[in-house]
Amino acid sequence: MSTINNDHPKLGLLRFTTAGSVDDGKSTLIGRMLYDSKSIFEDQMEALEESSKRRGNEDVDLALLTDGLRAEREQGITIDVAYRYFATPKRKFIIADTPGHIQYTRNMVTGASTANLAVILVDARHGVLEQTLRHTYIASLLSMKHIVFCVNKMDLVDYNEESFTKIKGDLEALATKLNVEDTYILPISARDGDNVVEKSENMPWYKGETFLHILENVEIYNDADFDNPRFPVQYVVRPQVDEYHDYRGYAGRIAGGTFKPGDKVTVLPSLLTSTVKSVDLYDQPAKDPRPGDSVCITLEDDIDISRGDMLVAADNQPKTARDIELMVCWFNERPLQVRGKYVLRHTSNEARCVIGSVESKVNISTLEDDATDKEVKMNDIARIKLKTNKPIFFDPYKKNTTTGSLILIDEATNETVAAGMIIDQA
Amino acid sequence: MSDHLLINSEHLKELENEAIFVMREIAAQFERPVLLFSGGKDSILLAHLAKKAFWPGKIPFSFLHIDTGHNFQETLEYRDNLAKELGVQMLVRLVQDSIDQGKAVEEKGINASRNKLQTVTLLDAIEELKCDAAIGGGRRDEEKARAKERFFSHRDDFGQWDPKNQRPELWNIFNGRKHMGEHFRVFPISNWTELDVWQYIMQEEIELPSLYYTHKRKAFNRDGTLLAYAPFMELKPTEEVIEMDVRCRTIGDITCTGLTESKADTLEDIVAEIAASRVTERGGRYDDKRSEAAMEDRKKEGYF
Repeated sequence: MSTINNDHPKLGLLRFTTAGSVDDGKSTLIGRMLYDSKSIFEDQMEALEESSKRRGNEDVDLALLTDGLRAEREQGITIDVAYRYFATPKRKFIIADTPGHIQYTRNMVTGASTANLAVILVDARHGVLEQTLRHTYIASLLSMKHIVFCVNKMDLVDYNEESFTKIKGDLEALATKLNVEDTYILPISARDGDNVVEKSENMPWYKGETFLHILENVEIYNDADFDNPRFPVQYVVRPQVDEYHDYRGYAGRIAGGTFKPGDKVTVLPSLLTSTVKSVDLYDQPAKDPRPGDSVCITLEDDIDISRGDMLVAADNQPKTARDIELMVCWFNERPLQVRGKYVLRHTSNEARCVIGSVESKVNISTLEDDATDKEVKMNDIARIKLKTNKPIFFDPYKKNTTTGSLILIDEATNETVAAGMIIDQA
Repeated sequence: MSDHLLINSEHLKELENEAIFVMREIAAQFERPVLLFSGGKDSILLAHLAKKAFWPGKIPFSFLHIDTGHNFQETLEYRDNLAKELGVQMLVRLVQDSIDQGKAVEEKGINASRNKLQTVTLLDAIEELKCDAAIGGGRRDEEKARAKERFFSHRDDFGQWDPKNQRPELWNIFNGRKHMGEHFRVFPISNWTELDVWQYIMQEEIELPSLYYTHKRKAFNRDGTLLAYAPFMELKPTEEVIEMDVRCRTIGDITCTGLTESKADTLEDIVAEIAASRVTERGGRYDDKRSEAAMEDRKKEGYF
């Protein structure tokens, strides 16, 4: 019996993030999708019915499914990023469910950082609002290639096609302005399930696909950076046994391109060169290694390489610099300190850095740069310059999200205070 | 053939890539990590992933088993064989010792379980062994409070979890920096579902304790959960012990491990059974049924 499904070998796992505010019906949409695709288990359903009843709700409140922490259930809001899992026969999904309220920009950034696709809810009664701009901007800032706009609550505008068409036009203009590559716009009613899993009978004028159909079929395989071979060394494997006496393996996850035996590589920062001897996982050669694969690489030459170093193609190197310009999203209650020192983590590398200047802050409600207000507080997004105590090797975030991303850590509290997306050397 | 027997090898590969990456981050970022081994399928999976992550080197950390004393005999035999095969040190700390030292008090009554007492023994062991990271098999799909757990989950010097003040986790950059006395719980298989675990076990042909396959066992029904009978357990008058064909869906302390009536004796049978199942695996965990926020409360105190 064959147990490997090769019908859709390239579909893989789809990680998506959902953004919307408390009243958009975001939790209801997820609950509806889990329910209609039969991903809710009996005991979860029973627990749900019971707690809905206890709160005096007549209908089962599907939003309660995703609100995990006690404080959230008590206040009826989502505080933190919650991860949900479901599968259809065609595909596996991971949902990063993030709260959409203005003070939770950082949660949206967190959820978006690991997602392939963003789902953004728009209330059919209100159309494109400030928060729609904010959510779309964050998705584009994080270089998400696919956005699905769900125009929700169509039942409250009598399933009116013109209402939808107007909002669709506004969303298309927004997506163009923010350079989103692949957008989908569809009318739904999450509460009643219209166009969520099943096609809506109330909106025969809509000829497009349902929400679930889009998620099941969106192609993400080619989203990774296949062009620029990058391998941050994560851990050096040195077995202390006779059988592997001289073995030195460089363990890590391919961040870009591919590596195969015979490839000429350069080691950063030493600039020493060598040739790839093997690319393995466990006791097997890795099959068609691609970005995202965890492998162990050995080289023909015995050279000194440690964690934080990077193997790259000899004829295709990233930039090496100490002065960097980047976008940051600030995560901490203590505002960004200009001339403040932070720990910088970038791939498997760690450096110390000092923030030189805040160039501008983004007003994410109008999407305009503000060069006058330079105080960067929690949930703010800004363009800054910093200097590291040693060179780091990077690509612009738009080119490679792994070698182009970093975090800043407060040296005193060890908290992660910022997410950074590298623009270029400063 | 059922749709769920078809393994989409692509998504298992992605989950494996991620888990191996996390294993290597642990080895690189911490000085004295331990892998929490319970004998359950999730910790067996962790051991397998760790073996792959560091091959041909040995796994660069010890395993730690918090032994409630209420184990299935098969679990203990499996544990000792696995340690020998992998060449890792298997540290065992006993809940009974914590009770004898007066640090933990045995629960009374009909639902008495040592499951919660494990927290005391675990936190003591972490302190004694000066562990800075404890690797666990927790998965976000298991329970609502786990859905918000990080891969690298920070614990203060009392071993407590503060769910409202977690470090944001961006891309795959993990921040394991900490002050003296603090530690991390790390969950490499955060993103796996129960079905993923079983499909992967089938794909990799990982050997499991016989408890996971059908066997005859004395069991009884308590409020809708099928529990294994052990001589030290107290029964309610209405509860009747019957021998039946069962298998374990999760394995923990014997007092709270729910059984499933099943004749599944191959991994294919089990995967088909899980795919068709309409109850989550924690639906069979008696300890989670205590209240809506039972898991959240135990996690805050320092539970696994």
